[in-house]
Amino acid sequence: MAKNKRKSRLNWLEQVAPWGVPILLIIIWQLLSQIGWLPTRILPAPTSVLQAAIQLAKSGELWRNLYISTVRACIGFLIGGGIGFVLGLLNGLFPIAEKLLDTTIQMVRNIPHLALIPLVILWFGIGEQAKIFLVAIGVMFPIYLNTYHGIRTVDGGLIEMGKVYGLKPWELFWRISLPGALPSILVGVRYALGIMWLTLIVAETIAADSGIGYMAMNAREFLQTDVVVFSILLYALLGKLADMATALLEKRLLQWHPNYQTVPA
Amino acid sequence: MTQLPRGADLKLLDLGKRFGNHAVLRELNLEVASGQFVAIVGRSGCGKSTLLRLVSGLDHPTSGIIYQDGNPLRQLNRSARVMFQDARLLPWQRVWENVGLGVQQNWKERSLWALQQVGLASHAQDWPSTLSGGQRQRVALARALVSQPRLFLLDEPLSALDALTRMDMQHLIERLWQEQGFTTVLITHDVEEAVALADRVVMIDTGRVALDLQVSLSRPRQRQETAFVTLVERILKHITGLESREQTSDSYRLSLDIRSEHHSHHQYSHPANPQ
Repeated sequence: MAKNKRKSRLNWLEQVAPWGVPILLIIIWQLLSQIGWLPTRILPAPTSVLQAAIQLAKSGELWRNLYISTVRACIGFLIGGGIGFVLGLLNGLFPIAEKLLDTTIQMVRNIPHLALIPLVILWFGIGEQAKIFLVAIGVMFPIYLNTYHGIRTVDGGLIEMGKVYGLKPWELFWRISLPGALPSILVGVRYALGIMWLTLIVAETIAADSGIGYMAMNAREFLQTDVVVFSILLYALLGKLADMATALLEKRLLQWHPNYQTVPA
Repeated sequence: MTQLPRGADLKLLDLGKRFGNHAVLRELNLEVASGQFVAIVGRSGCGKSTLLRLVSGLDHPTSGIIYQDGNPLRQLNRSARVMFQDARLLPWQRVWENVGLGVQQNWKERSLWALQQVGLASHAQDWPSTLSGGQRQRVALARALVSQPRLFLLDEPLSALDALTRMDMQHLIERLWQEQGFTTVLITHDVEEAVALADRVVMIDTGRVALDLQVSLSRPRQRQETAFVTLVERILKHITGLESREQTSDSYRLSLDIRSEHHSHHQYSHPANPQ
């Protein structure tokens, strides 16, 4: 009994511990603002940031911008991730494709995609395509690279075994190559999600008339530091949410992996 | 249509395999009757694993031909199943899905049946990563036998197991072979294992059959029996005898290798020269 109790307390601690540091920081921040060490022009108190958030939520501005940013992020991710995934499979499975395409892909990959912004504005103006294009380009390479790497590092012994056991090429791919590459692909997805938000923020602050990045830039013009800070916190939250979603996906898809198996106590 | 016997019969004719300039097998001739259990022994690098790859159809001979039931083998051997040194289970499939790999119909029933044969039916739903090394090889054995192959090829499948587990596996393989009557080719470096299991022990040296010995001891074989021990010793003597005969030429080759390495090293340093 006593042991169980201690265990559940430990469990509770384990759940809360990761949030300790952020909460402590916010408390310190609030205190510093209240005694006047932090001028509101530079960093408004957490309470006023919260107030700004409530105001934005009430007026509907928050939801509109949040929705637009999320849609852009998702479309860009699906297009770029899809292309990266297909190219990764192609080059990982077929040496001829790799010979033809890999050099080109590596060259394009090494251009920082945000350097394309001037060109993208010239092409698309500040419309939706510009943002989606940038997100797609940014997301494509981590997924390409990890898919390719995952396929190439699948244990050759397993593929040989599959051949001896009469699997057809399609079954070899579906039952051996793809599941074998999955851990690596998911690492790519996780990394790509980070890049997705990063690209979107930059694109929205430079050229947009809606979205969270636009909301922050607009607030800057009116010296609404609280809204700017809130937008930045919002990105942190969205990033964390995306990361949690992939972690969940990993847990579901990689059940077989010893790292994800809960050891019966 | 004529009914094929339960076990495949094999005829290897003047089989040769080279990798680049290196001939691994040369003019190897061997006949294996239907249902026979043949163990192939030899020093590492003598070509025994290559031989197995040729018979399974994973590799193709450079010269010579393999007949199975009188027909030349040209591609992957469909009636053969291979057990490898490592279990090669798919970690992302549960045990019974692994066993049912490549089974076209009723894979669930059949893989459960095969798991029962190796005594692991209770682990059907487990992930392979939760099994011990011996259990994994038993799953691999079930996977090999689920489709009731006519030819069973074993590439040192027990070499990584501890002594007790190995003995268990040997008994299991012997029992299943007796029950099902498939032809078996076992590659091993363990002479005792070869004598304990096989009808016939074939020794390969420098790519040829160097010794072909019938083992006429009754089953189950007792390893303490004098006849058993003498036979093991006789084969071991053959292997070591060949070794000592070749030692001189080996050490000669070694010194040549070292010299040529030095030579290439010199060549390699040339481009670094500023001239």
